[in-house]
Amino acid sequence: MAEEDRSVLTGKHFMQGDIACAEGAIATGCRFFAGYPITPATEISERMARRMPEVGGVYIQMEDELGSMAAVIGASYAGVKSMTATSGPGFSLMQENIGLAAMTETPCVIVNVMRGGPSTGQPTKPGQQDVMQAKWGSHGDYEIIALAPSSVQEMFDLTIEAFNLSEVYRNPVIVLADEIVGHMWERVVIPEKSEIKVVNRKKPRKPPDKYAPFAPEEDLVPPMACFGEGYRFYATGLTHDETGHPQTDSAEAQQRLIQRLCDKIRKNTEKIVKVRETMLEDAEVAVVAYGIPSRSALSAIRKGRKEGIKAGLLRLITLWPFPDKQVSQLAKQVHAIVVPEMNYGQVVREVERAAKETPVIFLPKLGEEPHKPTEILEAIRSACG
Amino acid sequence: MSEESHPLENFLREGMIPHIWCEGCGNGIILNCFVRALNELNADINKVVVVSGIGCIGRLSGYTNTDSYHTTHGRAIAFATGVKLANPELKVVVISGDGDLFAIGGNHFIHAARRNMDIQVICANNFNYGMTGGQYGPTTPLEAWTTTTPYGNIEHSFNLVHLAAASGAVYVARWTSLHVRRMIESIKKALKKEGFSFIEVISPCPEIYGRRNKMPTGIDMMNWFKKASEIQNYSDPAKAEISPEKIVVGEFVDIEKLTYGHLVREMTSKVQKRMKEG
Repeated sequence: MAEEDRSVLTGKHFMQGDIACAEGAIATGCRFFAGYPITPATEISERMARRMPEVGGVYIQMEDELGSMAAVIGASYAGVKSMTATSGPGFSLMQENIGLAAMTETPCVIVNVMRGGPSTGQPTKPGQQDVMQAKWGSHGDYEIIALAPSSVQEMFDLTIEAFNLSEVYRNPVIVLADEIVGHMWERVVIPEKSEIKVVNRKKPRKPPDKYAPFAPEEDLVPPMACFGEGYRFYATGLTHDETGHPQTDSAEAQQRLIQRLCDKIRKNTEKIVKVRETMLEDAEVAVVAYGIPSRSALSAIRKGRKEGIKAGLLRLITLWPFPDKQVSQLAKQVHAIVVPEMNYGQVVREVERAAKETPVIFLPKLGEEPHKPTEILEAIRSACG
Repeated sequence: MSEESHPLENFLREGMIPHIWCEGCGNGIILNCFVRALNELNADINKVVVVSGIGCIGRLSGYTNTDSYHTTHGRAIAFATGVKLANPELKVVVISGDGDLFAIGGNHFIHAARRNMDIQVICANNFNYGMTGGQYGPTTPLEAWTTTTPYGNIEHSFNLVHLAAASGAVYVARWTSLHVRRMIESIKKALKKEGFSFIEVISPCPEIYGRRNKMPTGIDMMNWFKKASEIQNYSDPAKAEISPEKIVVGEFVDIEKLTYGHLVREMTSKVQKRMKEG
């Protein structure tokens, strides 16, 4: 089919991060995009508007981000892989329906190309200020998966990963990019279609009259029927039992549902979490970073090594669930951990919690530019001193 | 002999009934008319999706034995938009209340109507927020008493059929819970029609709204509908008043216009044809 031929643009490209993100989504089978224009994520919408008709999908520009997120959930329930892309203010507006997606176990992807906040903040400048909002943004207890790309290649790769995780765990997954990663142009290699791992949601193996839409299997994830397939099920944002029926008075139902929603992610943390270790084998000082500052950090540890400092980098690819195990193991090995991030203290709190007694040096950065390698190197030196 | 079953049993979800609605409430009448319309159309219930928002009538999607989804407050139309675009084979019906569709969800309503999105919207207008105990909303009449208008309502209300028509809906009707035969015919018409259709049903809420406004029983409210209703088919929806003396009901709009579904399919095939031709 001609439309399939255009779904994976196999080859080497010089591409913008936002565009690579859109191409990753298309390559993994995303065929519905609902969004609202917002800097610095608009290029994802623009690419999707152009590409969706080419591959037989639908792009719709909704009236706001509340509607975008609701439409994405609707499309996913109708059986189509779906996503939206936004930045801080829009991400705030999506939170209630991200909670709905978690509650009704909806596979879907939300890309947040972070800019400076709060409020309208600095629309064209980078930030990493929405890490905690990604985790705690909607009310109630639920778990989220969030991935942090640090290159244009990863905008492609991690968007695919985000879709796969969302399908496996029936959970919303957030790609937490930043303005620099979103807007910069780099080389991207798009593999052959056959080399791209695509995972699809589990389908029910029971006949419709035996199907309970929220009855989990051993992995705590329920198989998912979609609208129009003859299962005729009901889904609600109210607390519900395994049949989907509301249970608004039962403490047991609340406990059972919420524990499972959280545990299906928590108990699979080891499977979900990805980090990248660089020069950590003998490291005495480590930098823990993610997104764009991790590139400055890489440069800083290399410079440090030239000076004879045993420095290494733990780059967090998965931010949520937090890589507790990796950070606490690292903390046992090194004298100090340096955390550069483009906010006034978010991931550093998680690092401090996991690192326990090991000193943590925080390098906040607010505004236009990411950390200079020399700034991170300075912190590494001071940690040695 | 087997036990006698209700002719509409197949349309109702086992285990969800009895419903939560109060005595005298009109929501059951809307549910009844809706499933009768499906039955009379011989609709394939495997291809019908019922979407609702939050509020008393928001529970309706749980009672229909279709695929159904109970969204967050105000977002039923936006959710339905995603469903319809992802699978155009489905008949997607939004059934929700006046506060859900026109206060918190008003933006989605006008834009879905503007796009002529292929969904059917049925609004139970009971003039207040019943679920939360009777606060005023966008359809509460001027001077009416509610728990948040303790000195009488000082806000003007929306004329929903006028709003729907002005926003671009291709089918617009208003009935009261008393007009069951006409309501069923209207729902059938809307279900058969492509594009954005809107049916407002003036629905009694004696327990929460009526008793604060000198209509304490369902019969009192139905008597008002009976006394005041005036059928004015294809009259100007801008003039379709709702007052103690007069409730203008009828079909106001029934026009043909390119639907969003049609336009998106046409664009997609154009783009794909162009690609094939290189």
